[in-house]
Amino acid sequence: MGCNCQKTPTEQDVKKIAELDQYIDSLLAGTSDERRSGFLIQILHRAQSLFGFLSEETQKHVSEKLRIPVAEIYGVISFYSYFTDKPVGRYKINVCTGTACFVKGAAKVLEEFKRNLGIQEGETTGDGRFFLGGLRCVGACSLAPVVMVNDRVYGNVTAEKVAEILAECKE
Amino acid sequence: MMVNLKINDLPVSVEAGSTILEAASKLDIRIPTLCHFKMDCFQVEHRSGSCRVCVVEVKGRPNLAPACSTPVTEGMEVQTNSLRAINARRTILDLLLSDHPKDCLICPKNLNCSLQALAQEMGLHQLLYKGEQSTYNKDLSSKAIARDLDKCIMCRRCETACNVVQTVGVLSGIGRGFNAVVGTAGLKPLAETNCVFCGQCVQACPVGALSEIDYKYDVWRALNDSSKTVVVQTAPAVRVAIGECFDMQPGSISTGKMITALRMLGFDKVFDTDFAADLTIMEETTELIERVRKNENLPILTSCCPGWVKFLEHQFPDLLYMPSSAKSPQQMFGAIAKSYYAQKIGVKPEDLIVVSVMPCLSKKYEASREEFSNNGVPDVDIVISTRELADMIREAGIQFEDLEDGVYDSPLGESTGAAVIFGASGGVLEAALRTAADWISGEDLQEIDFTAVRGLQGIKEATVKVGGIELKAAICSGLGNVRKLLEKIQRGEANYHAIEVMACPGGCLNGGGQPYHHGDSSILKKRLDALYRDDAGMPIRKSHKNPSIIKLYDEFLGEPGSHFAHKLLHTSYVNRRDQ
Repeated sequence: MGCNCQKTPTEQDVKKIAELDQYIDSLLAGTSDERRSGFLIQILHRAQSLFGFLSEETQKHVSEKLRIPVAEIYGVISFYSYFTDKPVGRYKINVCTGTACFVKGAAKVLEEFKRNLGIQEGETTGDGRFFLGGLRCVGACSLAPVVMVNDRVYGNVTAEKVAEILAECKE
Repeated sequence: MMVNLKINDLPVSVEAGSTILEAASKLDIRIPTLCHFKMDCFQVEHRSGSCRVCVVEVKGRPNLAPACSTPVTEGMEVQTNSLRAINARRTILDLLLSDHPKDCLICPKNLNCSLQALAQEMGLHQLLYKGEQSTYNKDLSSKAIARDLDKCIMCRRCETACNVVQTVGVLSGIGRGFNAVVGTAGLKPLAETNCVFCGQCVQACPVGALSEIDYKYDVWRALNDSSKTVVVQTAPAVRVAIGECFDMQPGSISTGKMITALRMLGFDKVFDTDFAADLTIMEETTELIERVRKNENLPILTSCCPGWVKFLEHQFPDLLYMPSSAKSPQQMFGAIAKSYYAQKIGVKPEDLIVVSVMPCLSKKYEASREEFSNNGVPDVDIVISTRELADMIREAGIQFEDLEDGVYDSPLGESTGAAVIFGASGGVLEAALRTAADWISGEDLQEIDFTAVRGLQGIKEATVKVGGIELKAAICSGLGNVRKLLEKIQRGEANYHAIEVMACPGGCLNGGGQPYHHGDSSILKKRLDALYRDDAGMPIRKSHKNPSIIKLYDEFLGEPGSHFAHKLLHTSYVNRRDQ
């Protein structure tokens, strides 16, 4: 990406980079050098929504734009569980393991997803389709246990319903 | 404005904005610290308040206060040694130790470790807490710096050294909670980052998480190989610091004892990097005068410091034309030893082993750079630090303090006062000015002390009249200061003829391979004074007056700056922007 790109970026990537740069430039307009770093998290959010994850190239690009060392950016990415530096599946399945969901059997649901997809928590299936993760409380405890697939919330999930949910994830 | 308070019932008055720790030190009350790190001479302070070892009781405050980062207030009453404070400290230390390896006996920082010292000081003989231990792979990827993160206590002093002082920006806190650790971007091995191996992080690390890659055993093996001739060169800053490892006073000049010790270790010849420093001055000053006369490619930047050179290659690749093309003294020594000297004694370059003793960790990396090898034979074979040499002397059972003074071997051991001050920030430039002034004026000038360029300040400026030419010079040490100066030059706000650059604040005397100073500025000042004392006491104080250097040009190199001198003693730089 940018001047640090090892691979040739696709046309789609070039478009996304341009969009990210436009966003960064709009934030930085009129900002003093010392305050640039304050926009880091906002920019990482936008970059992740554009690219799906924060690659080394993306991190270097943001580093040059904001004049923050890559190590520091990686530090921020590694701190927040929301950010990821690895490609994630198109369907991001997140099983809530907050207190209420846990009590109502989230562990069994998570186990069933692992078994069905053949991956561990935090991993993506080989075909790039599914990512499996856990998260803490999404504020829908009355529906516990809760599973989120991208922006959609499934309530009262049981192990038996896992196959059904996966079947709904069509291209 | 002054603020009045009481510590352990003793009244004290300090400047507003001072911390409890500073007020206590005024009363000579010691409060233990661990993550706190302060270098007065460079106005550097790491005050994260994260370890909580310095907690004290403050009257009226419900919780304990970290002394290092709590400002004093009027009428404050502090107890540093109440039972509550002592118990809290012991608990904190106990918890720190619960996730710290207990292999002190074989740790590279054994007896130089602040955590170990604290445990002893607090008389901790029993640990109450047992829990999970963090484990990481050791990073031995580079030639210079070893990282053992099992020992990291997350004080993050190394981050301040790397990011704030040096602005290299390789280290950052990675991860969260128990899994947090200081690491590189993407947790890459150090060799794959833009680390310049200055080793300021190693100096800052209070424990064994950061240390040097150890080459002592390679030296022992070479010394015991009868098919090899083994010579050693010693850098200027080593002689004014190594005594500290043997409980001698900081600032002792132990050149003679060091030479004797090296001979006892079995080196065939004991030579001096100072000889090569004089040689560097011959080449660099020739280049300086030429560039100033032609008014071309100015300013000329010094190129003795491999940390600085790598910094430039990564961070300012557009300025690669600026540094002098002269190799560093270490590499000039290697090049001359493996050609001129090897021929002289009739030994093949591959059978001559050149060992360097350096105050520096980056020199280990420099020696491994490809361009400093000839047909696969490196110019410098093994580099050890001041600390490693001290370890070898101790291992050999040599009583360093009691040794008689020895003298360097000829011809690569002869040197001048101009060379020894290479060990201090400002020294290289002063040495160059001494030679430039004589060469331009055609006289043997007596006024040779350019005191304006001396001292530990990060950026120094001087305008010096040399033979009718007004030379505008700057001296810069500590890469954060270097960055500031280079950015000024890029913006066109500063004009100089020559700039001396050293990666470590204060120069090589504060190198990453020097005895640990634990943040004590007074030690650095004493090393600095010793270097100039050594210079003042030398019979010859100008590089171009060194008889062995004159002979080297007569017999072998021709003129300074000649085609052959360039082939042997000059180098080029690499754009490392994308690395």
